[in-house]
Amino acid sequence: MPKKPKKIRVLLAKPGLDGHDRGIKVIAAAFRDAGMEVIYTGLRQTPEMIVDAAVQEDVDAVGISILSGAHMTLFPAILDEMKRRGADEILLFGGGIIPDEDIEELEKMGVARLFTPGAPTDDVINYLRKAVEAKKSDEEVM
Amino acid sequence: MYDKEHIEELNARLKDWDVEAEKQRAHKSLPRFFTVSGVDIDELYTPAAIDGGDDKEYYWTNIGLPGHFPYTRGVHHTMYRGRLWTMRQFAGMGTPAQTHDRFVYILKQGGTGLSTAFDLPTLMGYDSDHSRSLGEVGKCGVAVDTMADMEIIFDKIDLAKVSTSMTINSPASMLLAMYLAVAEKQGVPFDQVRGTLQNDILKEYIAQKEYIFPPRPSVRLITDMMDYCTKHVPQYNTISISGYHIREAGATAVQELAFTLADGFQYIESAIEDGQDVDDFAPRLSYFFNAHSDFFEEIAKYRAARRIFAKRMRDKYGAKNPKSWLLRFHTQTAGCSLTAQQPENNIVRVALQALSGVLGGTQSLHTNSMDETLALPSEKAVTIALRTQQVIAYETGVANTVDPLGGSWFVEALTDKMEAEAEKIFAEIDERGGVFECIEQGYFQREIARSAYAYQREIEKKERIIVGVNDFVIENEKIDIPILKIDYESERSQAEFCKKIKAERDNAKVQAALEKLRVAASGTENTFPAILDCARAYASVGEMCDVLRDVWGEWNESKSAMQVS
Repeated sequence: MPKKPKKIRVLLAKPGLDGHDRGIKVIAAAFRDAGMEVIYTGLRQTPEMIVDAAVQEDVDAVGISILSGAHMTLFPAILDEMKRRGADEILLFGGGIIPDEDIEELEKMGVARLFTPGAPTDDVINYLRKAVEAKKSDEEVM
Repeated sequence: MYDKEHIEELNARLKDWDVEAEKQRAHKSLPRFFTVSGVDIDELYTPAAIDGGDDKEYYWTNIGLPGHFPYTRGVHHTMYRGRLWTMRQFAGMGTPAQTHDRFVYILKQGGTGLSTAFDLPTLMGYDSDHSRSLGEVGKCGVAVDTMADMEIIFDKIDLAKVSTSMTINSPASMLLAMYLAVAEKQGVPFDQVRGTLQNDILKEYIAQKEYIFPPRPSVRLITDMMDYCTKHVPQYNTISISGYHIREAGATAVQELAFTLADGFQYIESAIEDGQDVDDFAPRLSYFFNAHSDFFEEIAKYRAARRIFAKRMRDKYGAKNPKSWLLRFHTQTAGCSLTAQQPENNIVRVALQALSGVLGGTQSLHTNSMDETLALPSEKAVTIALRTQQVIAYETGVANTVDPLGGSWFVEALTDKMEAEAEKIFAEIDERGGVFECIEQGYFQREIARSAYAYQREIEKKERIIVGVNDFVIENEKIDIPILKIDYESERSQAEFCKKIKAERDNAKVQAALEKLRVAASGTENTFPAILDCARAYASVGEMCDVLRDVWGEWNESKSAMQVS
């Protein structure tokens, strides 16, 4: 009998000092309506707080929103903290006002995917479903 | 406005007209005719569409003359024929020295007004050498840690001659104190210092979320400062009550209108409770609204705002000075309406939004740059944004007459509707116990998140078309506009400068000043004189905020405020 697919669990958070939470709340509502389990931990989360929550909540993915221009500091800090905690199997993705050049650099560092303003929520949902599925089948092979 | 007979005849003719129109209703250019805020719009507006329009007094109670109560048509008799709106472009950059250079350039070009954006650490009350400031110093504006930074920014700029606007909220008192301390050092008396502070903390809890302390002590900081300025800095506009950020967070036009005015009324009530006379401070209150893409809805919003405010100030708060009845406002075009796709289209959006602000009677205007969804604006994009205002002012002829849309049946009906809907929201806020309670319960925050999600759903279901986003899309679009690069070196040098000042100043004096602030904040005396002494002693924004964090605690959103819709 095929196993019933487990619901995707995703942690959403805003790091840094920026308080613009419109985008992340819209994404949270869209994920919820798409049947995912969403944990939104709110504003001003440090990399330690984010990774801590991700490990405790046993999530498949962590989504980060940054509109302040501090993305080149905050994304690497979260990646480092994930490695330090041995949690780097968790998918890290995000969104915000991030120039293309920086997106390229961050994706090289290990951020799975970055979305910019205007991205349809369906695109983000479809991306996340595929990415989590791909990650899970990789793990099963290993 | 119109006599009853006229309206009756109109209604009779409309019946016949409706039968004819029905034949043409099979064709529809859009699936739904509704505003950006989701309000359905009628096919046709006539005098019969104006509720109470057959009352002789309607014109005088609802519209009136410009410069006259209830100021629906504008706060001045001659409006832009006398003086155009102020074209005030908001900017901020990196280090105090870079901002200084920018200000000197603006003044050389003949500018007399300076506008300052601060970086996030300053806005949140962290010094540049704090670990939480990492990556954020000088990013969204200038970093100010101590009065030494303020001295660099305004070096050789005569503070008796310029007017300075500062966009700061939670630590607004600290920044004003530093500005005053610099004026004092220049030998400029406080009563000659001019400018505006944003200083609107309530909308931070509601929308922008750059808060430090809980709402009630934060409002006390504001009323303390208002009282001090009434007595000592009478030319300073102490607060700019802002709907801009409420709208950007996703509110509808009527939510922006009602939440913002409710915030304003809360400040007024708090100052009155503090023992201040409404006519002492009200003439220096001003507002700040968003200009979104729905042209007529925005115009109706500004007109309704003036009317609601005038009525309340006179009739509820008993203001006697007509200057206290005037709602003066700044407008900024809607950043949230701009698209990363085909960014040049944003120039057109900004132009139309700016035009609605002008037709709505704004006192000053900031036009956004086309590249804001991609990065901080480039010089070229900023110039185009300013030129847009100049084209409106000098080429379109809209400034030739006062309130050209006044008397449009659509605009008047929409203005009345805005007022009525806002009144319903005021009643809801009162029922929930007032603005503080609504913040604590997360009412505003949930309402805004719900509107934001509804708007997004409408776009994704294509009920609402956004050009270049969900229709008229260019596949594999290559974005070809220059992007401003941010300098990462300035963060390090600013943090070092902050450490240096802290090492070199008289630290015994700093400790004594901070202790005085602690005592004031713990009791009921006005906190502003203590903050001013801290600024004079080169205490930092972070240190002053730490004292207040210790006494008042820090604010965190409740779970109900974090609900997503």
